[in-house]
Amino acid sequence: MPRRPLLEFEKPLVELEQQIEQIRQLARDSEVDVSQQLQQLESLAARRRQEIFQGLTPAQKIQVARHPQRPSTLDFIQMFCDDWVELHGDRRGNDDQALIGGVGRVGNRPVMLIGHQKGRDTKENVARNFGMAAPGGYRKAMRLMDHADRFRLPILTFIDTPGAYAGLEAEEQGQGEAIAVNLREMFRLRVPVIATVIGEGGSGGALGIGVADRLLMFEHSVYTVASPEACASILWRDAAKAPDAAAALRITGRDLLELQVVDEVLEEPSGGNNWAPLESGEILRAAIDRHLDELLSLSEQQLREARYSKFRAMGRFLEKTSQDVEKAA
Amino acid sequence: MSLFDWFADRRKGQYVANVKQEPDEGDGLWSKCPECAQVVYLKDLKLNASVCANCGYHHRIDSSERIALIADPDSFQVLNADLAPVDPLGFKDRRAYADRLRESQASTGLRDGVVTGLCRVEGIPMGLAAMDFRFMGGSMGSVVGEKITRLIEESTARKLPLLIVCASGGARMQEGMLSLMQMAKISGALERHREAELLYMPLLTHPTTGGVTASFAMLGDLILAEPKALIGFAGRRVIEQTLREKLPDNFQTAEYLQEHGFVDTIVPRTQLRSTLANLLRLHGCKPMELTSA
Repeated sequence: MPRRPLLEFEKPLVELEQQIEQIRQLARDSEVDVSQQLQQLESLAARRRQEIFQGLTPAQKIQVARHPQRPSTLDFIQMFCDDWVELHGDRRGNDDQALIGGVGRVGNRPVMLIGHQKGRDTKENVARNFGMAAPGGYRKAMRLMDHADRFRLPILTFIDTPGAYAGLEAEEQGQGEAIAVNLREMFRLRVPVIATVIGEGGSGGALGIGVADRLLMFEHSVYTVASPEACASILWRDAAKAPDAAAALRITGRDLLELQVVDEVLEEPSGGNNWAPLESGEILRAAIDRHLDELLSLSEQQLREARYSKFRAMGRFLEKTSQDVEKAA
Repeated sequence: MSLFDWFADRRKGQYVANVKQEPDEGDGLWSKCPECAQVVYLKDLKLNASVCANCGYHHRIDSSERIALIADPDSFQVLNADLAPVDPLGFKDRRAYADRLRESQASTGLRDGVVTGLCRVEGIPMGLAAMDFRFMGGSMGSVVGEKITRLIEESTARKLPLLIVCASGGARMQEGMLSLMQMAKISGALERHREAELLYMPLLTHPTTGGVTASFAMLGDLILAEPKALIGFAGRRVIEQTLREKLPDNFQTAEYLQEHGFVDTIVPRTQLRSTLANLLRLHGCKPMELTSA
């Protein structure tokens, strides 16, 4: 059965799939040879799907990135590891469900896996706070990364959050401090860190597990400095301008590759990761293996230096030397 | 409307008209305290570090006033003043980013929202950054991130303690993800400063929020704050919308953060220089000459 048409722009695809299904049914019942028509329709559907997904606007990409059936951190972990053990708690009184982690083997390498976790349905989303981690989540993540550092386990992080949780308790417990400490301490790590934006990367809440040697991003994932909704209501004074903000903020993989924020954009199966989760798992797995091989060939010192230089180079500005100024004058 | 109401209304109107005759903060000589409504001679206010002598309200000050309050006279050596912003995304909301930049530059005389350099405090050399809230709300874009990072690196190389005066609404949205990445860049430089066992103190002034709070503002060995400064990660309105309830009145003030363990000490501005010098001395920093940058 075709999936529910959750996104407006997917509707023509779902209708095509339904037609195909009907013809199949017809063929089964009447024993007419329709293989040629079927083939035509199927290739048409594939072509349409490709067209639609290649032409997605940034606002539409956000919808794909937030799709409830898009593979989540735990889905990728299930695809990668047979021996995964989830590890709980920040040792300060909290075990955040929106930011999870644990150890497992990817291929034959034991690694630390950490990521934001959204829910599939309303009930799970309430438990997981829609993937918005509290300070305890960031402190748990840091505790696990320190652990990985001690036992020389490479770290894989999976970014998928609308943002760090904004609430009274989060402020009281120091949301800013929790994220800040992660940003600083991740520069200290002596093991490779590969971060992948698998869904939406929401601002500081994403960066809190995102200071990595390699930042990968799926084709339809987005990474934003502020949610387009918030940006629109602040800069446009109109939350309805969110699609305009989404375009202006340059949040797609291609944009961020150009701005040298992201190292690699991973192509998604036609129609997005939710159409073929297993295939998306293989794509990510292959990319991680490739980058890990490269990173593990570096010494710990080289690794840390390279991580520093990578972030050190980020930003665009003009530097006028006094000579330039003289020339201009 | 009764006749009585009509008289009351009329009186109200006259009262407002009368008030307009009095000096207000717009005329350049006098300033009215937004807290206690006391009207003071502007010169007197400046002499008291822009702190209301009546109620202790800390008026907002700009980066040059801040530096003058901290650095010994004539000791400040500016660094990287020639870094200028660009418009990397070609960003335009209701107005173009390039226009907003030009306007801020014209009204402040600064190229971007932070002034960095080396100075001495009661003779003790120190790296100093002062964010300027007038420049697009002190927002952090590439130039702010780069200048602060260079200052940290310079301080590390010279084995100097460091003070960053925070005054910022957070990351500058108009530079997109490049702004967010400044948080990581600065934090990385601070890691090296810390590794070298050097003292770093942020001074949180009104307001310190968003991406600045979630990076260098909260990474101090010691975290200082000005009285009543607004300090937080998320905006009050956002939180009220999430919770659908009123927040405590003192929520996200310096005092509230101190109660919850995130601020070491609240320093009234009039005591800023002496407090800094004392803390520096207590951490083994000694007066000495500062070779030029």
